[in-house]
Amino acid sequence: MKEKGWKECLWGGLIVDAGNSVLYKTGDWRSQRPIRDEQKCTDCLQCWIMCPDAAIKVKDGKIVGIDYDYCKGCGICCKVCPFDAIEMKEEGEK
Amino acid sequence: MVSLKKLSEKEELLAPGHRLCAGCGASIIVRQVLLAAETPVVIANATGCLEVATTIYPYTAWRVPWVHSAFENAAATIAGVETMYQLKKRKGEITRDIKFLAFGGDGGTYDIGIQALSGALERGHDILYICYNNGAYMNTGIQRSSATPKGASTTTSPAGRVIPGKKRFPKDLTAIVAAHNIPYCGQTSPSFYNDLTGKVQKALSTEGPTFLNIISPCPRGWRHETDESIAMAEEAVTSCFWPLYEVENGAWRLTGYSKQIAEGKKEKTSVIDWMKKQGRFRHLFTETRKSFLESIQEEVDREWENLKKRCGY
Repeated sequence: MKEKGWKECLWGGLIVDAGNSVLYKTGDWRSQRPIRDEQKCTDCLQCWIMCPDAAIKVKDGKIVGIDYDYCKGCGICCKVCPFDAIEMKEEGEK
Repeated sequence: MVSLKKLSEKEELLAPGHRLCAGCGASIIVRQVLLAAETPVVIANATGCLEVATTIYPYTAWRVPWVHSAFENAAATIAGVETMYQLKKRKGEITRDIKFLAFGGDGGTYDIGIQALSGALERGHDILYICYNNGAYMNTGIQRSSATPKGASTTTSPAGRVIPGKKRFPKDLTAIVAAHNIPYCGQTSPSFYNDLTGKVQKALSTEGPTFLNIISPCPRGWRHETDESIAMAEEAVTSCFWPLYEVENGAWRLTGYSKQIAEGKKEKTSVIDWMKKQGRFRHLFTETRKSFLESIQEEVDREWENLKKRCGY
């Protein structure tokens, strides 16, 4: 996003575009990448409710993937998974 | 019991792209709170990690109306907004049911914001104040607060050869809030999302001032790995350092895991084991500090017994 000059800023520093932080991709902070094993996953959604970055994508009650645009690689999902369905891998590792 | 499947159908009101640290407890808490809310909410946020990192101009992670306030006055800010809402509702200018929330860290709640909080509670505004308690001023680089546990090393209570970190026990804010005789307050932990979301729903459906004190692990300040956050907030509960309870119209009640411990259905774990996993207590694990460590365990046990008594056990 182009930075605004003071003349373009709204009064009081108002931000009217709710949730525009999605334009800022925090995924590049990550040094470890969660990999989900679809075979082991039971869609219990423990990882989803515990994710600090809403990076577990859920559709109709099923996990459809991990949003690497925002995942910071904290590894909580891997730790809380009761089925060992998420593994953390070093970024860059094949 | 909430169904995660049902919750997952709701809109995510804290957008990703916020710049809280990897593994931050505050963002987990906020997500769970907002998912639990069944009506539209308006939020005031005291200065702190959550406020700063979710709204780095010109970005905001909030998909709800959100007011930045200073360190000391989140409760006063939300009280003002709520008063305006009541007026507009009376005049018929607003017809929707809206709930009013304030978020503050332990610095903004236990220390700097306590007068605003106490005032808002006493005036009886229809608000829910949530303290995400990470036990220090993490945003400015880990300075001690009155919520910092005894023995924790922070930059203003540094552990050295003589001083074993913070010398004082944290004050019991939940009990202080309960002493305002408000209709509902309690303590919870994001590791027990059922407990947390249940209490949020209960608080939001209660008329009048309500308060929740939620333990919020901080990998930077507590000095643990980022993936340990949920385990840390869990062990804080199982060790009875952070019991889950609620006070409803003066009646004290243990809930969830803590209730099970009190009833002998679950094992109480050692506080020392919990402390061992955090770097902020690292200096305590020497021969010379053994009695100091034991004094912490004793104090936590005593507090737990007191709480149990209050809850009728």
